Amino acid sequence: MLTIIIVVIVIVLLIAIYAGVYNGLVSARVHSQESWSQIDVQLKRRNDLIPNLVETVKGYGKYESSTLEKVVELRSQMMQVPAGDHQQAMEVSDQLTNSLKSIFALSESYPDLKASTQYAKLMEELSNTENKIAYSRQLFNSTAANLNTKIQSFPSNIVAGIHHFTQVEYLQVPETEKENVKVSF
Amino acid sequence: MFYQQIAQNKRRTVYVMLGFVLLVVLIGAAVGYVFFNSYVAGILMAVVIGGIYMMLMISQSTSVVMGMNHAHEVTSVDQAPELWHVVEDMALVANVPMPKVYIIDDPSPNAFATGNNPEHAAVAATTGILEKLNREELEGVMAHEMTHVRNYDIRLQTIALALSAVISMLVNIGMHSFWWGGGRRDNDREGGGYVQIILMVLSLIVVILAPLAASLAQMALSRNREYLADAGAVELTRNPRGLISALEKISDSAPMEEADPSSAALYISNPLKKKSMSSLFSTHPPMEERIERLEQM
Repeated sequence: MLTIIIVVIVIVLLIAIYAGVYNGLVSARVHSQESWSQIDVQLKRRNDLIPNLVETVKGYGKYESSTLEKVVELRSQMMQVPAGDHQQAMEVSDQLTNSLKSIFALSESYPDLKASTQYAKLMEELSNTENKIAYSRQLFNSTAANLNTKIQSFPSNIVAGIHHFTQVEYLQVPETEKENVKVSF
Repeated sequence: MFYQQIAQNKRRTVYVMLGFVLLVVLIGAAVGYVFFNSYVAGILMAVVIGGIYMMLMISQSTSVVMGMNHAHEVTSVDQAPELWHVVEDMALVANVPMPKVYIIDDPSPNAFATGNNPEHAAVAATTGILEKLNREELEGVMAHEMTHVRNYDIRLQTIALALSAVISMLVNIGMHSFWWGGGRRDNDREGGGYVQIILMVLSLIVVILAPLAASLAQMALSRNREYLADAGAVELTRNPRGLISALEKISDSAPMEEADPSSAALYISNPLKKKSMSSLFSTHPPMEERIERLEQM
């Protein structure tokens, strides 16, 4: 009788542990998906802001049409990146960040452009979006690290194996890119 | 590491509360004995006043603290775009909801966070900090505040603040009723003897020392949390330079005009800037020490 009770208790405990570990894995995966969608929101937001920027600076001669064309082209490339391809999205996004930076740099030679409130507002919006992209990438990497640690460590690696949890690839944040993002006005 | 800190902080909140409740009861008894000639009346008064005040403070902490510091709320992004966006960024990366944002009209650069939990939190910045700091530095400061929010330092501080206010209120009530004639009369106790004299002296000592003990406890709590928040801020921004130069600018400026002394412990840097003789009495660790620790990261 006693042995039966003990066996039952052990089984119940094992099931409870298993369920707990499984739920932990699921919530880690949800967190990492959520944090990707944070990045996605900001990428879309930036894409929405770009036509405004192009419209605002178009009249200023020194903006060689090639710079603007590059931005417009990268923007449409951005929209064509398949939804699941994080690395490619980040690559295009980095290029876009750099081209936008060169537009910002050119505006230095136009005092009246810099003085316009509309342009100032646009700049704040864009630099806000750029910062948010950088910070949500950081958040994504920390949620990914959380999930990956669970997938690799015992005993959650067993549960992860059974239910085919796969590790999430980290987003590369080059050091120079981090500098670029910190545009201060 | 940070999860452990959060758990530790929640535990510590319980200890602080227990310690303070004991202190409040002790003071109630002492005040009652010295001024009303009855322990029970004192304890009862302490518990009732303390209870009401605590409940009020916990449910209203944000508006009470913001009111004490003459802060007004920023309700839309257009009123202070840079501050709003920086707070939004830091909340994003700290993975906490966006707190309420307040501005204090004061040329001295400073900032603080308050509230009960990350869902009901608020951050305040002075107009001085917005003028003097660039975006990178402001990010460092707001990341520091967001760490206070995430680690539940804000709740610990709110409760400590409320309880030390209760203690000074009790002592004040006792003093007033004493001066206005409601106090004990010596002929109430005839043939009291030494025991009563000793009790009387002990009670007086408690009444005199309790507010000091309460603020010492509050200050010690605050000092330790500052180092952790600095470290947490760097974890969020990955950029110690921003916070270092922000702290340098803050420590080089004049003290605040509007700051409320009892909430001094909340600020990122002591807003009153009194050079205390002993570090036991200071709410913040020395700035040089903080900067040095940041530079080693």
